[in-house]
Amino acid sequence: MSTTATREQIEQRVFQALEEFGAEPDQISPDAEFEALDIDSLDLVELAQIVEDEYGVQLKGEDMEGIKTVRQAVDLVASKLG
Amino acid sequence: MGGMNGRPDGCALVTGASRGIGAAIAKALAREGWPVGVNYRSDSDSAEAVVKEITDAGGRAIAVQADIADPDAVDALFKQLEDELGPVLVLVNNAGVRADGLSPQIDNDDWDKVINTNLSAAFRLTRRALRPMIRNRFGRVVNIASIVGTEKANPGQANYAASKAGLVAMTKTVATEVARRNVTVNAVAPGLIETDMTEDLGDGLLELVPARRAGTPDEVAACVRFLTSDDAAYVTGVCLTVDGGLTA
Repeated sequence: MSTTATREQIEQRVFQALEEFGAEPDQISPDAEFEALDIDSLDLVELAQIVEDEYGVQLKGEDMEGIKTVRQAVDLVASKLG
Repeated sequence: MGGMNGRPDGCALVTGASRGIGAAIAKALAREGWPVGVNYRSDSDSAEAVVKEITDAGGRAIAVQADIADPDAVDALFKQLEDELGPVLVLVNNAGVRADGLSPQIDNDDWDKVINTNLSAAFRLTRRALRPMIRNRFGRVVNIASIVGTEKANPGQANYAASKAGLVAMTKTVATEVARRNVTVNAVAPGLIETDMTEDLGDGLLELVPARRAGTPDEVAACVRFLTSDDAAYVTGVCLTVDGGLTA
């Protein structure tokens, strides 16, 4: 039951989530690394949950492995939706 | 109930709440203002009686049937509660079973049944409940453990002891994972409590209890009520013993 969303929409949603997790808004960009944004493993778990709830795609722990930048996360979600 | 003491709207789920300690916990949480899902496996009459007692006293509760030992039943249970009472923000894993015997006589079924219900099911419910708790920046999980396991060996209960010790270890670990989302995870370890489940344990034990009496379900529920309250926001990863001094 996955829904459709454009890459831009996904990116906006991820940016919004990162801000909610406490990342500095002016530091959030596609190339920003989660570590630099002070986004930790629990934040990424919550991000995966948001993606699952809102887009209907499941991100497992193994999917998230090696995801270091915002762009990689957005790409992952987009590829799951596509 | 919205926003009382700054806590978000949601409900409490108490497993195995049709009687004994679970029923006492359900009533105590209802008195605190939580709408309560009174989970039961088979005894719908007793569960409805608990619900009636709560609603007669001005609280909100519904009886929710589910065999929590069945992994496939968990999601439906949470969806029903979410639809009717809001997200589960308080979870009390109380449902538990015993299948006693000296170790050479505990067969695979008796081992698996006790571990699955007392430990694995509690983990699966906790995992599911953490989703709304993390999103809402508020959550309270209380696992009903036992002094048997971490504190005391009770011959004939190797399966039960292992399940309850595992439950305490799970409690502590999960507590550290989610603490920064204002979600606390604690355990309560009752000693000898007067319930149907302990009826057969005999009076000989009472002499060993410094308080010289068995505890009541309400005395266990009072500990759960504290751990789920705003006053206990900084208490996480602990196991609160309520045993009249038995393990002191």
